[in-house]
Amino acid sequence: MASNDGGLSLSQQRQRAAFWFLAPMLAALFFVAAWPLLRTIWFSLTNTLLSDLYGGEFIGFDNYLSIRVLESGRVIYRGTLVDPAWWNAVWNTVRFAVVSVFFETVLGLIVALVLNAEFKGRGLVRAAILIPWAIPTIVSAKMWAWMLNDQFGIINDILLNLGLISQKIAWTASTDTAMYAVLMVDIWKTTPFMALLILAGLQMVPRDIYEAAKLDGINPVKVFFRITLPLIRPALAVAIIFRMLDALRIFDLVYVLTPNSAATKTMSVISRENMIDFDKFAYGAAQSTLLFAIIAVFVSLYIWLGKVDLSGEGQR
Amino acid sequence: MTAQKLLSTIAFYALVVVIFVFSVFPFYYAIVTSFATGTELFKVNYWPKAFSWANYETVLGGRNFVRSVWNSVFIATTTVVFALFLAVTASYALARVRFRGRGLLLMMILAVSMFPQIAVLAGLFELVRFLGIFNTPWAMIMSYVIFTLPFTVWVLTTFMRDLPVEIEEAAIVDGATPWVIITKVFLPLLWPALVTTGLLAFIGAWNEFLFALTFTSSETTRTVPVAIGLLSGASQQEIPWGPIMAASVIVTVPLIILVLIFQRKIVAGLTAGGVKG
Repeated sequence: MASNDGGLSLSQQRQRAAFWFLAPMLAALFFVAAWPLLRTIWFSLTNTLLSDLYGGEFIGFDNYLSIRVLESGRVIYRGTLVDPAWWNAVWNTVRFAVVSVFFETVLGLIVALVLNAEFKGRGLVRAAILIPWAIPTIVSAKMWAWMLNDQFGIINDILLNLGLISQKIAWTASTDTAMYAVLMVDIWKTTPFMALLILAGLQMVPRDIYEAAKLDGINPVKVFFRITLPLIRPALAVAIIFRMLDALRIFDLVYVLTPNSAATKTMSVISRENMIDFDKFAYGAAQSTLLFAIIAVFVSLYIWLGKVDLSGEGQR
Repeated sequence: MTAQKLLSTIAFYALVVVIFVFSVFPFYYAIVTSFATGTELFKVNYWPKAFSWANYETVLGGRNFVRSVWNSVFIATTTVVFALFLAVTASYALARVRFRGRGLLLMMILAVSMFPQIAVLAGLFELVRFLGIFNTPWAMIMSYVIFTLPFTVWVLTTFMRDLPVEIEEAAIVDGATPWVIITKVFLPLLWPALVTTGLLAFIGAWNEFLFALTFTSSETTRTVPVAIGLLSGASQQEIPWGPIMAASVIVTVPLIILVLIFQRKIVAGLTAGGVKG
């Protein structure tokens, strides 16, 4: 660093400048992130209503779990933690996140391996896979809602013509298939992003390793599992955690593609519904606080277990 | 051996074709649908048969959609300019100055960008109401800072780390202050990075749905995603698919053109924000 040869005063001057450079950003982040988060947590401990934001009273953890023993000796449990709708949303979210990230990783790997090979028209394909990524989520939800339409949808038409289904399926409306519809759209939209991240990792693998493996006549499958995969593991780990966090907070796709379907309602959707639509503001705040807690625990575990260097400081 | 090689080449190109078709087909089909009207709309056409601008006229003729486009342009532009302005100085400090707690600070910024947005919704709602900006563009501009600012800081920091130390040293020897170094030395070198980061942040702000849905209450203040998401007919059976597809094509084509023009830079920006950290 330049500060080494400038002496202490220069280094001090730089650090003071650094503080003033960082201050506006930190103030902005405090204002829009930290403060609202703290307020959300506070709201979750009150009985605030949407119509009267300042009329709430502190009620402890009752929005999460309240246990009341009636005079007759019956025990009544209330709160999010005993709410079947909430656990349904948790289950939906986790299932969605695990399945979508799994497929996006596998398909992303395949696409990345294809794009890492040299062939005619590679530029064209790389441009093409950017299209799903560039399309706004709401637009892709609508596009797919149309393609998945039970009466006039092209997907049913294709599947019928291929003989894969015998009758038209109401993909987004039926509770059996709604989750598949959401997964399909998400995988379509996000696999390119995954592929590009993995491709960047692949391109850092030196070519001579492959040359050497080829000369030794090693099976390409073995080369992939023994050489490529271990070498791109760090890039893959970071890509997976980013995707996982994104998947756990999914809102827009579910809200637009399968509105009001219990089969797909995720934690974000149910929290907002309670907060804004059902006038159970504090209850929704408690649910969103729980989502925040789940994600925070997940990130810490992942970083701790996987020793993932997210900040990039270790490379320096 | 050659037969096997030929076979694997064919398999490879088949895979390439599959990838290409899967990526492009839904958007292609949206375009085909957007030109169909009347009964043509309710037949499955794999190839374009009708060319009618009626759906586009419906969408653009209704005043609210054009209004939504302008809302989105204003909100996304303002958000990006604000985020870049704060991020340039902050990322200089994070990339170029050693101080205690830098790693921790970077992790905190990253954590904010990975935040579930629903977790701040209640608090932001209160803030928006308190400031009296509910149902105005400023509610979105303020709330979009939560994801554009960490992202731009993060990507610009990785870009700035890679600038050669010698340039900065020479400037310091000449007696330049950090502010001069940023504005006169680094900024000219950073233009490509600023364009890329700005574009990615713009796309993020353009596509945002949750805050825009929650902080607007009238049709004239909606952003494009909310307008399209809530575009519906009188009943489930009367969803105006033609106009919806036309609206989708209108808002997506500029994005796709931008993305294709800046293809390489976008990939570099995405990977700086993703893989490196």
